[in-house]
Amino acid sequence: MNLKFDPDRCFNCDSYACLTKCQYLNYDFESAREERIKIAKGEYSKVLEECKTCYSCEEYCPYGNHPFYRIVELQEEYGINLAPKPISKQLVKMYATKEKDLAAIREVGSKALSLCLFPDLRDNVKSKLFEGLPVIMGRQIFCNLVYLHFANMSVIKERARQTIENIKKYGVDELVCFHDECYGFFNSYAKAYGIEVPFKTVHLYEYLYNWLKENEDKIRKLNVKVAYQRNCSNRLSPETDRILDKVFELIGAERVEREYDRENGICCGAVFQMWGEYELAEEVQKKNVEDMAKSGARFAVFNCPMCYVALAERTAKAGLMPILVSDLCRLAIGEMPKLPGRD
Amino acid sequence: MYEELKAIVGEEFVSKEPEELYIYSSDPGTMPPVKPDYVVMPKTTEEVQKIVLLANKHKVPVVPMGGALSLSGLVRPLRGGIVVDMKRMDRIIEVNEKARYAVIEAGVSEGRLKAYLDKKYPSLRISTPDAPPIATVTANALIHGSGRLSQIYGFHSEMITGMEVVLPTGEICRVGSCSVSPYWFSRSPLPDLAGLFIGWFGRTGIVTKLGIKLFPKHRYRDVMIFVTENPSYVSDVIWRVAHTEMAEDITVWAQPRPEWAEGFQHTTIYVTADSEEELEFKKKIIRNALMDYIKQKEGGFLYLTPGMKAMFLQEPMSQLVRFADVRRGGGFEYVGAILPVDLFDVAYQKGLEIVERLGIDWAFSIRIIGRSHCMMFAYAYPFNRADEEDVERARKALHETNKAVLEMGGIPWKAEAPAQQLILESMDEGAKRLIKSVIEMLDPNGVMNPGNWEVK
Amino acid sequence: MLEKVNYAEIVHRCFRCGYCKFPSDYSEINCPSYAKYRFETYFSGGRMWLIRAWMNNEIEWSEHLGEIMYSCSTCRNCVEHCVFKFNEQLVDVFIAARSDMVERGLVPKKVGEFFNNLAKFGNPWGYAAKRLEWVGRDYANNEFLLHAGCVAAYDDRAKKSLKALLELLDVAGVDYGVFSDEICEGNEAVIMGEFGLFEQLMEQNRKRFEERGVKKVLTPDPHAFNAFRNYYGLDVVHHTQLLWNLVNDGELKVGKVEGKLTYHDPCFLGRWNGVYKEPRKLLSRIGSFYEMPRNRKDSFCCGGGSGNFYTDYLGGKDSPARMRVKEAAETAEILVTSCPVCLMMLDNAVSDEGLELDVRDISEVVLEALKS
Ligand SMILES: Cc1cc2nc3c(=O)[nH]c(=O)nc-3n(C[C@H](O)[C@H](O)[C@H](O)COP(=O)(O)OP(=O)(O)OC[C@H]3O[C@@H](n4cnc5c(N)ncnc54)[C@H](O)[C@@H]3O)c2cc1C
Ligand code: SF4
Ligand code: SF4
Ligand code: SF4
Ligand code: SF4
Repeated sequence: MNLKFDPDRCFNCDSYACLTKCQYLNYDFESAREERIKIAKGEYSKVLEECKTCYSCEEYCPYGNHPFYRIVELQEEYGINLAPKPISKQLVKMYATKEKDLAAIREVGSKALSLCLFPDLRDNVKSKLFEGLPVIMGRQIFCNLVYLHFANMSVIKERARQTIENIKKYGVDELVCFHDECYGFFNSYAKAYGIEVPFKTVHLYEYLYNWLKENEDKIRKLNVKVAYQRNCSNRLSPETDRILDKVFELIGAERVEREYDRENGICCGAVFQMWGEYELAEEVQKKNVEDMAKSGARFAVFNCPMCYVALAERTAKAGLMPILVSDLCRLAIGEMPKLPGRD
Repeated sequence: MYEELKAIVGEEFVSKEPEELYIYSSDPGTMPPVKPDYVVMPKTTEEVQKIVLLANKHKVPVVPMGGALSLSGLVRPLRGGIVVDMKRMDRIIEVNEKARYAVIEAGVSEGRLKAYLDKKYPSLRISTPDAPPIATVTANALIHGSGRLSQIYGFHSEMITGMEVVLPTGEICRVGSCSVSPYWFSRSPLPDLAGLFIGWFGRTGIVTKLGIKLFPKHRYRDVMIFVTENPSYVSDVIWRVAHTEMAEDITVWAQPRPEWAEGFQHTTIYVTADSEEELEFKKKIIRNALMDYIKQKEGGFLYLTPGMKAMFLQEPMSQLVRFADVRRGGGFEYVGAILPVDLFDVAYQKGLEIVERLGIDWAFSIRIIGRSHCMMFAYAYPFNRADEEDVERARKALHETNKAVLEMGGIPWKAEAPAQQLILESMDEGAKRLIKSVIEMLDPNGVMNPGNWEVK
Repeated sequence: MLEKVNYAEIVHRCFRCGYCKFPSDYSEINCPSYAKYRFETYFSGGRMWLIRAWMNNEIEWSEHLGEIMYSCSTCRNCVEHCVFKFNEQLVDVFIAARSDMVERGLVPKKVGEFFNNLAKFGNPWGYAAKRLEWVGRDYANNEFLLHAGCVAAYDDRAKKSLKALLELLDVAGVDYGVFSDEICEGNEAVIMGEFGLFEQLMEQNRKRFEERGVKKVLTPDPHAFNAFRNYYGLDVVHHTQLLWNLVNDGELKVGKVEGKLTYHDPCFLGRWNGVYKEPRKLLSRIGSFYEMPRNRKDSFCCGGGSGNFYTDYLGGKDSPARMRVKEAAETAEILVTSCPVCLMMLDNAVSDEGLELDVRDISEVVLEALKS
């Protein structure tokens, strides 16, 4: 299972956007070129230690050359520990599929909604929006991309095919992915590694858009401003960011222009906390939330449940209402979503 | 005697029926049952006094019982006699808010005192142990229990400010400031008679009222879990965190289940504060104290989801008792070894060696007592109550652990009667003689919970 | 039908930790039988261990064991608060053990009387039949069959509340009828472990329902509600639910009642069937409503369930009902409930305690609000 990465493209690159656009590393064109060439050659580069695993260069590279996946492979090769070892190791064990997870697999029909590993959201998808869509979740269908943050490409590779096999056993030919990361796994990662995905996948935003479009009569426009937290895994499917705009438009949510959105989105900080980089976590959270607050938005909107957990309280204290994209849509059709993870 | 007991407590509150005798013959641990002759439930100190006088008259043993949750069979009447269930004496007599103490009857449960303070004195708290909430505050303090504030203030026995006791001969006596003054503020500056009743397992009298320290309760409370994969780091981790004086409670847990936990040590650190800034500040200081480990990638903080946090913040942590269901058999018991924190690694390795050799399920759960002055290292073994062999395996593991603990220089806490004998074997002769004479002096008829701390 | 659990696989898993004695905040003893008796034999854990001992022949059945088993009012506080995974099955274990005892003819005296009367007369006291003739409104293909239940049919205090309900139904124009020869639906029989008798009663009731074309049942009795809903599998509404709908839809135009109101959750409505919201919405609509410290899932049982309103194992000066009305008196002036058994138990307790507390069924306060 090899990464489709073409070193020649990097050798001959005219932009080195992967590094010059990076929000965490401040490289000019020259040093970007120097480091990227090392990476292309498979040599050690300081980028391997400095990279904050924000996924963004996957989007920045105009040639689809998978700069980030390449970095993660080399981080692992050079034995770089981004997080304390016990934390990385424990995480690997935590999400390994167990017998009982496999036993939970049932035929569910041709379409299903993947809720990844977020049992706390079970009640949040009990909605007209998802009516008729059976929900599947658990370690057995987990994409494992989280290990991209932990310099551990091999565990993702190891588990990738089994995950796809397991989903097939549910009998679905169309899977709606609640989480960007899940969608990114099938549409970016699988392609980069030449793994075949024998079913169709639909991004949550596309699903929501289609549903809302068909049910426009049920929508009462919200007429609110929202600040959106674009999560790392959305970088694996940048095209879906446009669809989100259309979703917002349908429900009357104005996505405020702010510094840290779209191509400039920044991390929620959760990963930095796991790494033990508290100052960095604090810095990105602070500037992100301050930016949201001054944008005049009423809602802080998340799609990634991890981002939600990391930032909900903080955004609330800054005077915004934290909410998931799907829950915002529920508000627009007159439903009252409850807070994730609360009784 | 039945008639006499009825006359003391009233017909409804005394029993000699097989059903009560059956239930009161054992606790949830592994020690074999011993049947009492009677079970009584007094409501007042005077009733307790009359029961003790009656026992002296007939020369039958009396055994006080609280929640029966110490698990080491301490409330079994080893020589038969009367089990005195104290839980009807459940009045909270006084809370002195300014001097931060409460005076309670001996049957008041941990749960009720906590709920009472939460409601009426929201700025005060007790040091809650993680025992199920029906455990009594009095028995817990008397057996040297420990809890949520023990890292700061020590054993719960050190929080006792005074008591009212019915002596084995039936006299009522007060110890601590309440023996002189109307206030129950402390045991100092008098000869410390409280020591005659603490750690004796009811061998020297029945405590009927207790003065217990209360502590400030802060508005914010948070939990952090530091994970290592090397037990030899843990005592230093604890030492560093204790040094900051920013943590309230420090516990450590290590267990093979769930699978992700196996092989790791989890140091759980509780932090409280009155403002968010203070909380953040304290957490930062603690993180910094451990920064060497983090930088060297040898240890890090577990990312806690809100659900996990809620579980760890619960007081008492109800999750703990569910350990009894690991073998789907409703039982567990532990050796609670009191040890210097420095011996963490030795204690940990020894425990692993025992459980591996005996092939038994386990969990280690440790609470720091004092600023790493010592720790309560619990070696917990679950068993299936319906499978006698399984119970026997747990018994054997407990026995071996008790021995190992003494060998490494620790002392089993709330020891079962056989383990008390092991302790006595290692004890200084002078101390043993003193124990013997105290018992003989206080209890000439040998009626108070005989069979415990029996110096041969 | 209620499935009889195989308790031999469960009883030894109880640790006897006592979480089940409490409400969520541990403030008071919340198991009614333990609150009264205080012996460790009288709470869920004690019963689990005793059932195991009986099963293993470590103790023999005795009248005393029988009393211990039947003083459990099946209030499900333990189910709510036991921290173990088998918590849902606790009360089912007690029922199954009682049933095994019944099958061997092992029942305490008063329970035996209860069963005999129920079998012979269709009610626990052995009163004459035709219990609802006075209503004068026999069922004739109405929308609802109104099933009063034994206590509302015979107890004087509860009967008054039934009359209030009938008046409300008339005002709202609800189409209902009763069986003047109504018989017990058998909830207590099954809960007390007399499965045979229950089946007999269910058979009789089913046959009548079929013959007379009953489709929907309305009942003010949560015990009956439980049996119809969970064992008969019928379409059934409790009067709190119907009244709330009528008030909310404006079919009943209510004003306000004077005095502070509080609400006692009947176990068979609350913990057994999850109906907590409707009565609270109703009371908040018609007056100033205050919660007692123990409410909803933490409610403290009146001590009447599982036949205890008849057998009286939970009576006397330390009775749960007397503790409960004291709690209510510290909270409000009017204690509202929505169960004939609770109403009877609590009303008696108020007289015994000599309290200035009004005990009413929810239909009585709604009726007052309608007139005000
Ligand atoms: C899941 C679990 C977690 C636990 N966690 C903790 C913990 O965190 N900290 C902790 O300290 N303990 C813990 N324990 C142990 C134990 O449950 C507690 O220490 C408990 O408080 C003991 O109180 P009790 O009322 O149950 O005592 P009992 O077991 O009833 O009695 C203990 C001893 O005290 C004597 N005694 C009782 N009342 C009197 C009296 N009035 N006068 C004189 N002697 C008396 C008895 O004879 C007996 O010898 C835990 C237990 C369990 C099951
Ligand atoms: S990864 Fe893409 S942007 Fe970066 S150097 Fe290579 S081709 Fe250029
Ligand atoms: S993943 Fe992010 S931090 Fe790392 S190099 Fe790419 S853009 Fe920079
Ligand atoms: S029933 Fe549950 S809560 Fe009650 S004692 Fe048994 S295990 Fe504990
Ligand atoms: S059902 Fe109620 S009365 Fe019966 S044991 Fe449980 S809590 Fe006690």
